Amino acid sequence: MNSSIKDISKQIKYNKYSILLPTYNEVENLPIIIWLIIKYMDESNLQYEIIVIDDGSPDGTFAMAIQLQNLYGKDKIVLRPRTKKMGLGTAYIHGIKYSTGSFIVIMDADLSHHPKFIPRMIKKQKLYDYDIVTGTRYCGKGGVYGWDFRRKLISRGANFITQIMLRPGVTDLTGSFRLYKKNVLEELIKSSVSKGYVFQMEIIVRARQLYYTIGEVPISFVDRVYGESKLGSSEIIQFIKGLLYLFATI
Amino acid sequence: MRMTKLMEWILVGLLVLSSWIAVLIGKPNYANLNWYYKWFPVIFIFLFAVYAVITVLYRVFTFNNCKAAAIELQNQIKEARADLESKGISFKKQL
Repeated sequence: MNSSIKDISKQIKYNKYSILLPTYNEVENLPIIIWLIIKYMDESNLQYEIIVIDDGSPDGTFAMAIQLQNLYGKDKIVLRPRTKKMGLGTAYIHGIKYSTGSFIVIMDADLSHHPKFIPRMIKKQKLYDYDIVTGTRYCGKGGVYGWDFRRKLISRGANFITQIMLRPGVTDLTGSFRLYKKNVLEELIKSSVSKGYVFQMEIIVRARQLYYTIGEVPISFVDRVYGESKLGSSEIIQFIKGLLYLFATI
Repeated sequence: MRMTKLMEWILVGLLVLSSWIAVLIGKPNYANLNWYYKWFPVIFIFLFAVYAVITVLYRVFTFNNCKAAAIELQNQIKEARADLESKGISFKKQL
């Protein structure tokens, strides 16, 4: 057992991880998230790059990214801005195109996803050679902070219905904190058509359909520290439409 | 061809429904059938609804509240800002 763990940590050293950070008005959060990523990746001796894809934020996110690149270096912080907001799926495609790693980590830049979970995901991936490792709020030590009763009820209710209808074999479908083998993510993006967070759902359900292996790591989700997170009726309608679309096509 | 989830649901639904109808028709005297034969779909849906409500509420109330994670993050934000400022990063807003 001991020797196998050593082998695994040796292998991890040879892999490079590209962390994609799509941003829009994250001038407050970006320096913190990058600082945390660097802290935890360096502590675990991992090879990585952070690809910032800023969609023309008016709040100066890009200028902040340049400051951070000057501090940490062009090999660590890669800037691939776009001129306007164009959606998450295309941001990932854009980021992947410039990535030099063999693995892609996708996470939100708003501090709701803590970088301390990335090394755990990497370890889990190596241990079982998973194609995807996804963060889950719904099992083990996973959870949320900053949600009221209504928000928890909607989240749990939507998750229950999704589990019954799609039987995806994954506990958290709408979460967007995940580690992918690069070629697997490329393939999945190509076959997915949804937008927004339904896109995350479609990717993971398609992954199951294509017999990719998926591992889970419990994560604590701390709702937006700066800025506000929204869950209105348009999000709920979007979710129902997405669920019905997947129900009928997958 | 692979079945979609919708097709799986329709298939299983039709199987259950036709079995139920077969039981109703197969019995010689309908009047003597136990009530739960006649009301099977209603009972089934009712029990499932009870199960769903209990499960979802249980999960809402046992949803981990990650207070420690939030506190850890708040402290790390301060630590990160102090470190970054000492390295020459200028922040837009002051804390």
